[in-house]
Amino acid sequence: MGHYNLTVNGKSYDADVAVGTPLLWVLRDALNLTGTKFGCGMGLCGACTVHLEGEAVRSCQTPVESVGTKKITTIEGLSPDRSHPVQRAWIAEQVPQCGYCQSGQIMQAAAFLAQNPHPSVEEINRAMEGNICRCATYQRIRRAIQRAAGEAA
Amino acid sequence: MGKQTSIDRRKFLKSGVTGGAALVLGFYLPGAQASSATADEVFKPNAWIRITPDNRITVLVEIPEMGQGPRTADTMILADELDADWSMIRVEQAPVIPKVYQHLITGGSGGVETAWSYMRQAGAQARELLLEAAAQRWGVQKSECRAEKSTVIHASTGRHFTYGQLVETASKLPAPKANAIALKQPKDFSFIGNPVPRVDIPGKVDGSAGFGLDVRVPGMVFAVIARCPHFGGKLISFDAAAAKAIPGVQAVFPVPPIGQIPGIIYNANCSAGIAVVADSTWSAIQGRKALKISWDKGPGGTETTETLRKMMQQEAAAPPSFVAVNRGDALKALAGASKTVEANYELPFQAHATMEPMNTTIHVRDGGIEVWSPTQGGGLVQDEIAQLSGLPKDKVTVHMTLCGGSFGRRYQWDYAAEAWQVGKQLKKPVQLMWTREDDIQHDFYRQYSYHHMLGGLDDKGSPVAWSHRVVSTPIRPVFDSPERLKDPRHVASQELGGADVLPYAMPNFRLDYSPVESVVPRAWWRSVESSFTAFAMECFIDEMAHAAGRDPYEFRKGLLQERQLIAAVMWPDNPPLDTVKFRAVLELAAEKSGWGKPLPPRHGRGIACHFSFGSYIAHVAEVSVDKDGTVHVHRIVSAVNCGTAVDPDGVRAMTQGAINYALTPVLTGQISIKDGAVEQSNFHDFQVLRISSAPEVEVYVVPSNEDPMGMGEPGVPPLAPAVANAIFAATGVRVRRLPIDAQTLRNSVPPGPVAGGAVKSSQATVRA
Repeated sequence: MGHYNLTVNGKSYDADVAVGTPLLWVLRDALNLTGTKFGCGMGLCGACTVHLEGEAVRSCQTPVESVGTKKITTIEGLSPDRSHPVQRAWIAEQVPQCGYCQSGQIMQAAAFLAQNPHPSVEEINRAMEGNICRCATYQRIRRAIQRAAGEAA
Repeated sequence: MGKQTSIDRRKFLKSGVTGGAALVLGFYLPGAQASSATADEVFKPNAWIRITPDNRITVLVEIPEMGQGPRTADTMILADELDADWSMIRVEQAPVIPKVYQHLITGGSGGVETAWSYMRQAGAQARELLLEAAAQRWGVQKSECRAEKSTVIHASTGRHFTYGQLVETASKLPAPKANAIALKQPKDFSFIGNPVPRVDIPGKVDGSAGFGLDVRVPGMVFAVIARCPHFGGKLISFDAAAAKAIPGVQAVFPVPPIGQIPGIIYNANCSAGIAVVADSTWSAIQGRKALKISWDKGPGGTETTETLRKMMQQEAAAPPSFVAVNRGDALKALAGASKTVEANYELPFQAHATMEPMNTTIHVRDGGIEVWSPTQGGGLVQDEIAQLSGLPKDKVTVHMTLCGGSFGRRYQWDYAAEAWQVGKQLKKPVQLMWTREDDIQHDFYRQYSYHHMLGGLDDKGSPVAWSHRVVSTPIRPVFDSPERLKDPRHVASQELGGADVLPYAMPNFRLDYSPVESVVPRAWWRSVESSFTAFAMECFIDEMAHAAGRDPYEFRKGLLQERQLIAAVMWPDNPPLDTVKFRAVLELAAEKSGWGKPLPPRHGRGIACHFSFGSYIAHVAEVSVDKDGTVHVHRIVSAVNCGTAVDPDGVRAMTQGAINYALTPVLTGQISIKDGAVEQSNFHDFQVLRISSAPEVEVYVVPSNEDPMGMGEPGVPPLAPAVANAIFAATGVRVRRLPIDAQTLRNSVPPGPVAGGAVKSSQATVRA
């Protein structure tokens, strides 16, 4: 077992978990931050996407000991009141159906737009290709990212 | 889908909302209060509505929310009759008290259709009581008052009461019989048919929405099960020493298979397995990896996709086990036809692959069990756990959580039964989670099917005969007793839907069936048998059109000239197919797609239409095929008639989602079998549609005032044939087996000038 101090959404957390535990399970099982989802455990679906110093990472492929002092942002910390442009766009475009993958979709989109504020459709497709949605809300995801980009402009 | 659902539905619609009884029952409702108001300050006219003096309205929706939107649509239905202020409404999942709530289950795209009657009556009942309460307070006639946006208004004097101000008075009034109240005319609808933001979306963009896996109970532990990978196989032995040495692992024990549960309509179908319990999900998974297990492959250990295919081909050529339709004499007409067309279609097993894998959290205590499950049927989970544990139902509390997708998968109760098997060994709450590998390898798959089609044309190119042989690994044997399976009609009863309502004028029509045995568990997958019968039917009518030298859209239209109501043979109680409505969506999709307009080389359009769950959907697909055989689906134009579109944006969302969901089996997704086990295991080898392959989708909804019909599933069936027909238009190559094998399209030669998907008849597979 290892002892880890993590900064998640601006707060300090202590976790005692097995060495090698992916960040996903630390967030979900030790810290009860369940907004970040398990989808595949292999980095294939993107449901577990969080930000590490603002960059989108798959938390199921991120061993807890590799995080160090890097700041973690999860869906719960993206904004205090759903006011992040991506969250607003997701609501305006009525994107989610079952909603299970949407935390990961939103975190991926938010990190992507921070890097590329005015993406083309092809760039959106490329950036979001790793995030699976089985309700298949892809058309609305594309529109919401375009809307968020437009609002940020 | 399931007969059980439709029986429940009919039974309830007859009885309607029981006024007085519901008022009393209302006091038994547990769960969160809408506000801090005490019980006697709450107006509970029936089981679905609570109004408090602060004007807040809580609506209890029974139908499980799996993404298909019942919490929004069913609330719209109720709120419309209630004349409610939408901004003051809060929606909750109705608790699992089946005596009060008889619709805690959904299947067969019935979430809106089922609620249409009782939710309108419930809203109207409350509205009438509030009007009466206001009239009494003012000493005027109820007919002088009207309701609007949670307010009762006395028109002549301009006085008004908010609903909150009427709580006390209304609570003392006897409730009128709900089914005796006149309901609104469609012209007076305020919410129904108008866009309303989905009530579940805010929680789905900030991480607060509670799915099954998000259940957190103090002191809980986490478990996974190592299941026998070979269906029907057995545990020989296992060594848990290494697993127990994994940090965090608390317990390792075998769980026996569970088959038929007495009193439950379905077989639980739980595999033999070994449970690993740990203080975190990760440790449980690591513990499972460390297990050394020896499995007996069981009687199905030699089954492969190839052995199944051979049996299917044999059955397709042998006499059928069941003849569903034999109108005229198709075989004789075929013998006398000027031209015959013959084709075989094949569709493999499919996984549901919901994004939230199966899971259930359970706390087994002495004398009581609490269950949290993402399920399509809360009442059936309660039945199941009560039967398994021997406890009375009222000692089994079931919480229905949000479902992270379902598509039919959560119409099975295997994972709840497994959770009970684990939970009863522990004195603490436990969350059983399935990993993605568990999900892909232990699903209840869409049936594997094979179709032999024969069509005959006369010398003018008019169809004279249609013969459809369906061969499949049927659903029924997975659940039913040997006694029931002696009836070949029963065995066929979930295999022929869609195929039995041939919409096209056909003087001679035969539909028959033969089953093939398999150890692979099968069950209802989004749109069930229509997901394969529509492929065979709508591809084959296209093949016949080309054989007749006709444009496939015009050919279909020509066979839909007379109005006919065609009853389903297998499920005669289902609404009949109306050929006028069928033709209308076909025409709308063709028109909006620009059918007939020229396309670039190697591009093609394909059309297909299907009627299922009471709804009519036509798709026109626009595709292109690269020289290496890669298929691109660029655009789908869709026309929908689902009766009243209660939530029009929800209808569009369901259509978009169904189109995308249906593209996976066309382009990449299949489950194949080796050694009686599934070969795929995760999203690398069970490849599902990703965003870059998602086409542009346009959805056109036909205005209608008829009762709402299903929308969760009907967008699926016509998609695959529309794409396959478009590929033919682009390449001259028929795709008859899914998913598409790019090899067969490589170096294909486009059939020359393409006008709206039409190609010369010489390209079709014709045996003249």
